[in-house]
This record gives sequence, C-alpha cells and structure tokens, in this order.
Amino acid sequence: MNKTDVLIIGAGPTGLFCAHQLGIIGLSCEIVDNLDKVGGQCIELYPDKPIYDIPAVPECTGEELTNNLLQQIKPFNVKFHLNERVEELKKVENRWYVKTSGSQEFDVASIVIAGGVGSFEPRKFPLKECEKFEGSSLFYSIKDKTIFKDKTVSIFGGGDSALDWAIELSNTSKVNLIHRRDGFSGAESSVQKVKELNDQGKLNLFTKYQIDSVLGDKNINTVKIKHDDGETKEFKTDYVLGFFGLIMQLGPILDWGLNINKKTVEVNTENFETNIDGIFAIGDICSYPGKLKLILSGFHEGALAARGCFKYAKPDEKLRFEFTTTSKAAQERLGVKK
Amino acid sequence: MAKITYNTHDSKTHTIDVQNGLTVMEGAVQNDIPGIDADCGGGMACATCHVYVNEEWLDKLPVKEDGEEDMLDMAFEPKQNSRLSCQLTVSDEIDGLVVNIPSKQA
Repeated sequence: MNKTDVLIIGAGPTGLFCAHQLGIIGLSCEIVDNLDKVGGQCIELYPDKPIYDIPAVPECTGEELTNNLLQQIKPFNVKFHLNERVEELKKVENRWYVKTSGSQEFDVASIVIAGGVGSFEPRKFPLKECEKFEGSSLFYSIKDKTIFKDKTVSIFGGGDSALDWAIELSNTSKVNLIHRRDGFSGAESSVQKVKELNDQGKLNLFTKYQIDSVLGDKNINTVKIKHDDGETKEFKTDYVLGFFGLIMQLGPILDWGLNINKKTVEVNTENFETNIDGIFAIGDICSYPGKLKLILSGFHEGALAARGCFKYAKPDEKLRFEFTTTSKAAQERLGVKK
Repeated sequence: MAKITYNTHDSKTHTIDVQNGLTVMEGAVQNDIPGIDADCGGGMACATCHVYVNEEWLDKLPVKEDGEEDMLDMAFEPKQNSRLSCQLTVSDEIDGLVVNIPSKQA
C-alpha cells in the first residue's frame, strides 16, 4: 500500500505542476499515468511542435516543457507509477483507497484528476471480428518481436510505428505493409527505406488498400484487403498488426459518480473540487463556465486544487498564504535555503 | 451564415444555421449533434471530428493540408471523401454543405 497525501491521475503538464504546488505547501503526492512516459498529450501528440502560449516562455516544444516541469518538481522526489491506469476508487473513512490496473494500491487523503481527455489507448481496426484474435494473432503494440520470426506478418498503418516495424521485421519475417494512401505520415527516410525494400522484394507494400476482413479459427490465417477502387486481395498471414496511433478514452473515471458533461468533469472554480468531496479535477478534463483548454489554465487550476487538498491531508492545520521568494518553509521544501 | 446538414449515424438529419467563421466541427458541437467528439478542440491533433463529405461538395472545399491527411490515417474507417470537420471553415461558399458522421469516432 502506497500512503501519501494526494494521488494525481495524469502526468501531463497540469498534473506535474500540481505536484509542484502540493510540494510547496508541504503535501506529498504520487502520480499515476497510463502511458509509459511522463508528459501526457505534450509528449504523445506533439513532442516536437512548438508551443507559444506558456507565460514567460516565448517558445518551447512539448518535450522541453515536460523536461522543465520535471526539473521544477525534482526537489519533491515525486514517485511516478507509469503504465498504470486507475481502476478502482473507494472511500474508507476519511480517506480514499485506490487500485490500479497493475494492482498498485494507494491510501490517500484526496485525489486530483488531471487526466487530459482520458487515457490513451491504441486505435483499433473497425472490424468486429478482430476482437477475438486480439492478443493472440492480432496486436496493436509489440512486446516480444521474436514470435514473428519466420512468420508472415501483415502490418497496417502509415505512421512511424508501422514503418519502423515493417523495416525491422522484414529482416526475419515475411512482411506485408498495407496503407490507405500513397502518402505516409512517418519519417521520409523510413518511407524511402520501405520503398527500397519493396523494390528488392524484401517486403510487399500495398497502398490505397484497407483491411476488409480477417479469417481464421483460433488464430488468423488469412487477411483480405480492399483497394480504393473496390478490388480485393487475399493472402495467408500468421499475424496482423495495426498501428493507427492512440485515441483517448475516459475509461473507469465514468463509473466514479462524478458529474460528467461531454466527456469532462464538472468542477467549482474556487478550488476545482468535483461534486465528490476530496476529488478534484484540473486541466483539459475539467469543465466550468468559461473553461479554456490551455496549459496555462491547467497551471492555475492545479495551484488552487493543491490548496483545496490541504484541508483533507492536514485537517488540524491552517494553510498560510506565502510567496516562494520569502517563505522559509517553501524554500526549505525546495532545498534552496541558504 | 450557412446551412450545414449533418447526417448522423442513427439516420437522423440535422440542418443547422452555422455562423460564418466557425468550423463545421464547432457548428456540430455547439448544437449538440451527436458523433463529433473533437477531443483536441480543433487542433488537428486527433481524428475525432471525422466526417464524410457528400461527393458533390468535395471539390468545393478548401484542399487538405498535409497534417489533415496524416490525422485521417488515424480515423475510424477513413474513405476518399473523409475530412476533419475542424478544418472546414463555414462561409457563404459552403452554404448547403452535407456531411455524414461515421458510426463512431474511435
């Protein structure tokens, strides 16, 4: 059981800055995120794209912003639990019991949901019949590439994941790469490499085709693809891989009894608490009149939610407002006291 | 002001007056038309405002930027008449536009 003052759900910029604000006022926290890395949408959607509206930072990328925030919360030694999704939430006396997908357990005074637009999950094939093969002969991510050795693998998608795996697996497997158009969104060098491999007969590239059906009993044995003009092709395959990026799903948050409106959680604007005492929501996932989905709004919301958490973590103490420029306590927490 | 018709997957037709300057996505969201999620808020960073445009309108719409086609790779069942509705700005020129909303966005 992990015991801490506050559990933050979501390691995007809003969650990270909230951890900073909690640290400054002397509260401990831990952060859970479904992705395998910190940064949320900044890292998953636009790591290299510049952001121009972070106050006092004229220009930075999603990755730089994330790294700076990590630097800023370093003094507080925040513990991260990545690849974990919060599944279960229960009130136990005055505290919350939380359990994640990986069976991590938490005992916390309050919870801050900074979940963006939900947790990222792989986008799947539109075909219903794909579900029964998922995890055995159909995958949306690769954990163990050795299973593909000497097998036929049909890869769908046109982004970096699809191209990189097509190139890599073509060394040891028979690879079909299928994409819905001639253009690719992946790196130009990878596109060139794939075309070379296709010319050399080391992989088979099919463009303007999409999946039509998959056939098989326990495992997939055949995949059928359809051209834009309606023509279909069918070939034997041992595995089907789909790389269509990630979608965001609210997931178990929907079942916690929160007031949800259009995939967002309603909060008050005094401390961003939800309709449930001790559960706060900040950043893109919260809604209130006038809400702007900007990172800077998430910072503000995190600062106020952190203070809202104080009374749950330390019910017998009074929180005094202080500036980091002059507060001895804050400077000690930051480790900068001379 | 332009009339935009949204055919939702439940076979309902919604014709709405949308102000010039808004996007086809915003017109749907503001009028609670189901099936357009617009998770990223119009930043061309997701594909959850994906629509199929009626054929006769395809050539009359502004051409896709590179980023739009890349995001459409991620859409649910993209077709040749697929567009991201956040990239379609409403003006008098597209008065009468008809878009069809896919069965789901993800």
